[in-house]
Amino acid sequence: MHVTGAQALVRSLERQGVDIVFGLPGGAILPAYDPLRSSSLRHVLVRHEQGAGHAAEGYAWATGRVGVCMATSGPGATNLVTALADAYMDSVPVVAITGQVPTRMIGTDAFQESDITGITSPVTKHNELVTDPARIPAAIAEAFHVASTGRPGPVLVDLPKDVLQATTTWSWPPELDLPGYRVPGPPDPALIARAARMLHAARRPVLYVGGGVVKADAHEALRELAEAAQAPVVTTLMARGAFPDSHPLALGMPGMHGTYAAVAALQEADLIVALGARFDDRVTGKLAAFAPKAKVVHADIDPAEIGKNRVPDVAIIGNLRTVLPDLAIAVRELAGRSGPPGTGEWLATTAGWRRSYPLRYTQRPDGPLKPQHVVERLSAMTGGEAIIVAGVGQHQMHAAQHYTFTRPRSWINSGGLGTMGFAVPAAMGAQIGRPGELVVAIDGDGCFQMTAQELATCAIEGLPIKVMIFNDGFLGMVRQWQELFYEERYSEVHLGTAIPDYVKLAEAYGCAGLRCESPADVDTVLEKALASTDVPVVVDFRTHDAEGVFPMVPAGAANDDIVLGPEFTAAEQEAAARKEVIVP
Amino acid sequence: MSTHTLSVLVENKPGVLAHVAGLFSRRAFNITSLSVGPTADERVSRMTIVVDGASTPVDQVHKQLEKLVRVLKVVELEADAAVERELALIKVHVHPALRARLLDTAAAFRATVVDLDPRTIVLEAVCSPGRLDALLAALEPHGTCELVRTGLIAIGRGAGTITDDDPARAPGAARQEEQVLLGR
Repeated sequence: MHVTGAQALVRSLERQGVDIVFGLPGGAILPAYDPLRSSSLRHVLVRHEQGAGHAAEGYAWATGRVGVCMATSGPGATNLVTALADAYMDSVPVVAITGQVPTRMIGTDAFQESDITGITSPVTKHNELVTDPARIPAAIAEAFHVASTGRPGPVLVDLPKDVLQATTTWSWPPELDLPGYRVPGPPDPALIARAARMLHAARRPVLYVGGGVVKADAHEALRELAEAAQAPVVTTLMARGAFPDSHPLALGMPGMHGTYAAVAALQEADLIVALGARFDDRVTGKLAAFAPKAKVVHADIDPAEIGKNRVPDVAIIGNLRTVLPDLAIAVRELAGRSGPPGTGEWLATTAGWRRSYPLRYTQRPDGPLKPQHVVERLSAMTGGEAIIVAGVGQHQMHAAQHYTFTRPRSWINSGGLGTMGFAVPAAMGAQIGRPGELVVAIDGDGCFQMTAQELATCAIEGLPIKVMIFNDGFLGMVRQWQELFYEERYSEVHLGTAIPDYVKLAEAYGCAGLRCESPADVDTVLEKALASTDVPVVVDFRTHDAEGVFPMVPAGAANDDIVLGPEFTAAEQEAAARKEVIVP
Repeated sequence: MSTHTLSVLVENKPGVLAHVAGLFSRRAFNITSLSVGPTADERVSRMTIVVDGASTPVDQVHKQLEKLVRVLKVVELEADAAVERELALIKVHVHPALRARLLDTAAAFRATVVDLDPRTIVLEAVCSPGRLDALLAALEPHGTCELVRTGLIAIGRGAGTITDDDPARAPGAARQEEQVLLGR
């Protein structure tokens, strides 16, 4: 059967099970947009290609399926780069399809030409410039296979205009031509058994849970493992929601802005079981001083993560979907045979740390509005059931710290790359992937302004996302660093709260705009915002402009030097440094 | 300098060299030399990459290379279990008084004269890495005016080949220890 390359592309996407494509057409990709009109694919016309990329990410985070974005050559393609880099750092399965100038013009500096496979090679798991129209089905099938298997990641397929216009024959399914692509097989039972014995024998174990657990949908097995091993659980920024925060074994988030209990537990542990985590610098602090007493079991799907930052004592390569249930069963059997794990004293200590050094802030009724208060009220009013989306910065940390997560895939953020502007378009993608659910973007005023134009897309597509802007008029996290590390010499961090007028901006984009300036109004405004189901809502929360994020481990410092912050007394800080429990 | 030699089989497709080179630059791995050419199978090219183990985590190089979709296989060749050679073309000044000595030096290293000029000669030398350094040192007094080297190529000794199924048993493979650690 004869089709054009463009028809082959659209059919391949249909056969691949794609239901949604975020994109924006242009010259080189034009041929693909013609057969799109009569296809089963829903295309969401974004206002900027970066929005398409982040929307595809948000969709993938929220659903576990591959997100798809499409752009034209040159600037269209380069506008996707930030989102691809973001997806690469956070292992988000995304397929990007870009138009390219006709093959005979490649290399001539043609209009809207850019070497997008060259540009994105360091930030994609794989990419390909397709020069033969007959290869389109295989290239698309391979892209989806590579993006979604093993350690997920973004894949870009670059399609020259003449390749899209050429006639070719159609057949499906294509044969995959990936002789060098390997996905780890089942984990070694001997290593599972060894890890289980170590975990069962440990007196101060910690399960260090990363984003891999969410990607593997292994949260139930994680819970079984934690309960069988009676081991406390820390969930990294990428793994918030993988383990319910209300669980007695949950210690919250570790790392630079982690809870004291999570940070101290890792430092004092005799065994760390890292599950789909990568010993990132924001978690370890000064690497040489990280968890000095701990043996390490490291389970990951990516062999290159093993020993990259911390050399493990046992390395298990495999998909956590298999590894975690196997490990849970092995530990439960050991406990059945040789008695329950002896972690009682350790759990008393970690629980004591939680009580002694909680996340603390003070919201005075007549004082400035604290962002933490807004997050806590949102958490209470949504029962921890909303899908929370954040960008990067103080708002992200406050959201990750203070929202009580109850389930996986309810926390979406830019973790590794730290991309300002991620939240609004990612929330858009999440809302499309999970229609009918409550999707709340918590955003900073600086972040929001980078991709706010996607509110138009949300309004037109009828996506009722809620955007909570924590408007303190500053690039807040940078302001905090200048306060702490540059002796309050504030340089180019003040944005001002008044321009733009976020309420008017929301209304101009066809959304509802609300403002909240006082703590007393938070509940009323949140109720109003959450009630709306027809249009997107933007809330301008005028939050305290000198608020910091604490606790904090300064960049490059050892985790033992965690700073509890201004809400704690010097005596408490000293006791914390000694790892004392002061509230038993 | 502790050098490590990696033999890398890659798909013979456009952009593969750029992917490999890009990996090295983005992860700040230092390449001492890189050579690439076709193999008996036209779909496959073979790269020989020499990295400095002191400045570059060789295990990471190995694993990150294996993650590239167009990379088929990576094997580290141990120097004593592999034949390592490099070809160099060396243009050297000829002083009439030293001409005989220069030719003696060349002969001692089995370097052949491939171009003659009244003022210079070009030597072709195929050497193991240490030997080439020794030749260059010996030529130094004559005045080397131009040098081109292919970069190292290497092949495992013995009957095994790089395309054997088990990389741990491929010739000169240095990864048995880690295979155990990773349980593969």
